[in-house]
Amino acid sequence: MTRYVMVADLRRCIGCQTCTAACKQANATPPGVQWRRVLDIEVGEYPNVRRVFVPTGCQHCADPPCEWVCPSTATRRRADGIVQIVYDLCIGCGACAVACPYEARYKVEKREFAFGNEPTADEHIGADDSLIGVATKCTFCADTVDAGVARGLTPGEDPEATPACVNLCISGALAFGDIDDPQSRVSKLLRENKHFRMHEAQGTNPGFYYLWDQDAS
Amino acid sequence: MNMTLSGSGAPRLQRNWDSRAACNFIGGGSGAGLLLAAAAASLSGWPYFPAGILAAALIGLGLLMVWLEIGRPLRALNVFFHPQTSWMSREAFLALPVLALSGLAILLDQPFVPLPFQTRGPVAVLAWAVAAAGLVFLYCQARILRASRGVPAWSEPALQWVIVTTGIAEGLGLLLLLSVAVAPPPAWAVAAAIVAVAARAGAWERYRYRVKLNAPAQAAAVLDRASLSIHLFGHLLAAILLIGSLAMRPSIVPAAVAGLLLFASGAYSKFVVVTRAAFTHGFSVPFMPVRGRTGVALPLRG
Repeated sequence: MTRYVMVADLRRCIGCQTCTAACKQANATPPGVQWRRVLDIEVGEYPNVRRVFVPTGCQHCADPPCEWVCPSTATRRRADGIVQIVYDLCIGCGACAVACPYEARYKVEKREFAFGNEPTADEHIGADDSLIGVATKCTFCADTVDAGVARGLTPGEDPEATPACVNLCISGALAFGDIDDPQSRVSKLLRENKHFRMHEAQGTNPGFYYLWDQDAS
Repeated sequence: MNMTLSGSGAPRLQRNWDSRAACNFIGGGSGAGLLLAAAAASLSGWPYFPAGILAAALIGLGLLMVWLEIGRPLRALNVFFHPQTSWMSREAFLALPVLALSGLAILLDQPFVPLPFQTRGPVAVLAWAVAAAGLVFLYCQARILRASRGVPAWSEPALQWVIVTTGIAEGLGLLLLLSVAVAPPPAWAVAAAIVAVAARAGAWERYRYRVKLNAPAQAAAVLDRASLSIHLFGHLLAAILLIGSLAMRPSIVPAAVAGLLLFASGAYSKFVVVTRAAFTHGFSVPFMPVRGRTGVALPLRG
């Protein structure tokens, strides 16, 4: 079996938002939509306050609540763990968005551009009207992964089979790969480091891990 | 670990469902409650068609508002694709028999166009069938909210009973309101409304308690602010008027005013829950990254 997951090393993330920009460029998401984003969080209360940068987005849960509530079957989980939206089926009801504990879903009602009423050259190329009025979210760059796998490449190792945010992360904080492969980079990172997943009490079995310390054992 | 998050990780008010979604819960809930009240009232000799028309209109209006909210209205029929797990699909399926059967019952009961097969028997059977379907429809609405796990104030199980009791109370309230135009209210309807008020007040208080425990503080604060008017007008004043009406065997005006209060307070409470108390979980960081040379995780207090 294969289950693709993402690992974010919170010790390495510097909040530069390069992953956010890479995602926006790769997926041509409209203004205000950030499939990959980095939260800038203050933790604690004065004077005991610390700051942490937390990359987040769709967690590609193994038991995704968005899939359960979707009335149109547009949201579905692939065999490799990637949760996808069939945009041609989605009715844009927003049930998935309110079911997601990770605020990972977006819906835009009309085409908008970053600078005024005219699209930039990049926006013109990436514009896709099928994404208007429907739920959208991080796809783990499934098209790139699929194309890479078809060419015999290894997602997470070969850039041409790896999500854009991971490829462009300048601090090496993000990693991607198959958690069911014990030799993959993500499996190695999870073995060697203490980690957590967000909102685990929700029972969604998210596929997004956060490293926070080296494993002393 | 007790931690306070601020910045982009804090809970925020969801914007995916707005007042149009609230209208679906208001119209659907009160319509379903009215279908039940109308079926029971028809046993007391009340005509079915006025309440039936109002109930069907409310449910239809609620569904229309949802249709106006979805991003791809021309694909609305896709809502029927996932009844296996989606309560929204199940609600849509239930809406079909509710609207169709209530329409048939109204047609058989209306006095304006005589029909050859027009008798009370089929109307009573249809009315109870529609009432049963309406109750399941109401339950589906409650479960839609419970399935919304991104919004703790909605996924709180205690909200189910608020939605169900509020729908029934609203339905009885509308029946009492209709008594102004139709006929004096049956005494049992006034008594049932008193029970419904008590049940809704209890369900609301339990819900508030659970939200305080399990949802962001902002959501609990919103409910606290709304509770005063809901209790004062929707429960206390309504109960006094209903008891007064019952004492006057039963009097139309106080019962109708109480009915209006029941409907208005129910609608207001659902509007508040859907549009104002709908804060997300926010994000959690149970462990802070260990940086620097010490290799020791700093403890957090807060």
